[in-house]
Amino acid sequence: MATAALEPAVDRAALLEFLLRIGDNALILGHRVSEWCGHSPALEEDIALANTALDLIGQTQLWLGLAGEVEGKGRSADDLAYLRDGYDFRNILLVERPNGDFGKTLMRQFLFDAWHYLLLKALKGLTEKRIAEIAEKAFKEVSYHLDRSRDLVIRLGDGTAESHRRMQEALDDLWPYTGEMFAADAVDAALVEAGVIPEPQSLKAGWDEIVAEALTEGTLKKPADGYMHKGGRRGVHTEHLGFILSEMQFLQRAYPGATW
Amino acid sequence: MDPALRPSIDEVWHWLAEVPDPEIPVISLTDLGIIRDVVWRDDTLVVTVTPTYSGCPATTIINLDIETALAEKGLSKVRLERQLSPAWTTDWISAEGREKLRDYGIAPPIDGTAADGVLMKRVDRLSGRSNLTIACPRCGSTNTEKISQFGSTPCKASYRCTDCLEPFDYFKCI
Repeated sequence: MATAALEPAVDRAALLEFLLRIGDNALILGHRVSEWCGHSPALEEDIALANTALDLIGQTQLWLGLAGEVEGKGRSADDLAYLRDGYDFRNILLVERPNGDFGKTLMRQFLFDAWHYLLLKALKGLTEKRIAEIAEKAFKEVSYHLDRSRDLVIRLGDGTAESHRRMQEALDDLWPYTGEMFAADAVDAALVEAGVIPEPQSLKAGWDEIVAEALTEGTLKKPADGYMHKGGRRGVHTEHLGFILSEMQFLQRAYPGATW
Repeated sequence: MDPALRPSIDEVWHWLAEVPDPEIPVISLTDLGIIRDVVWRDDTLVVTVTPTYSGCPATTIINLDIETALAEKGLSKVRLERQLSPAWTTDWISAEGREKLRDYGIAPPIDGTAADGVLMKRVDRLSGRSNLTIACPRCGSTNTEKISQFGSTPCKASYRCTDCLEPFDYFKCI
């Protein structure tokens, strides 16, 4: 039933890999952002961060739910989230970066949102129906994420000397993790060929434009493109992912199959 | 169920119009526009529901409430189907639902103003302020300002009236 909707020409393994990549990005960033719940500098920001995390976890359920169907081994979104090990995760390294201060969390969010927005916008117009449907739904939510993170990056960048300094430091620190968003491998090539995903590099010009515009307005200096970290998309992660998983997966590891 | 004893589809819609939204109980599920279809398939009533936000925790409660309400009407074979596309939009909130929201203190969504994170900002900058004029649900003043794009639930933003000073929720467009 589930698999019948797939285009026969699409490589099942490649499709699964893509769904894990996009689903794990939403899951890990959603978890990271949820760490702020109860700790934000203002109530409104606490609520906004929790809402953003909620949207991302909701999107995760859709993406990983579809991944489980495509895989065809009976694994649910929960199984994929709670019962895989670090090397099975396919998120980019940017989303597992520690939160740092509020400004750094917002900078990470903005750099991700600008890309996420463009990716979903492209996906909702492409051929794989179920991917396009999820993208259409998620795009609406992510439009608000971008609206907010962009606004705060500008306000904090063009804020006090202290907030400006912190935002510039956050930007410089996170910049080497942005290259992985536009990296492409054989999985991407197969899916681009099948018309399921956009060419990753094709999103770069739009992203550059959104980012440059906000940074200029926020009086922040765009770092030079140098060495870019990568590995998350093929399961090679930084040590930070393990700490996220140990917290996120604790319950299902300690009490397998627990429900409530 | 004996076909002769089945309630009509209109009757089922009428029952669903009495099921309140769990988060905003003044409006019903049909006011919210999330019930997309009701049909009989053999002896099973199939209700198609679309989620508002993908992570909205009310979704599971809504499904439970639909099943409970229909069970109370004697319908035991009910199947809920999730439909993602077309994605839910606040444009589907009924006119009656909008009035109920306003009476309840939530500014209803303004049609056709769904966020486009980038475009909206450009419009803001070019026009000097937001293209949205949100009237205060308490005093009706349009001198209002956005506090946060995110409010007490995923579907709402926080606003404040600069005349009567009342903080309020705006049911933001998606």
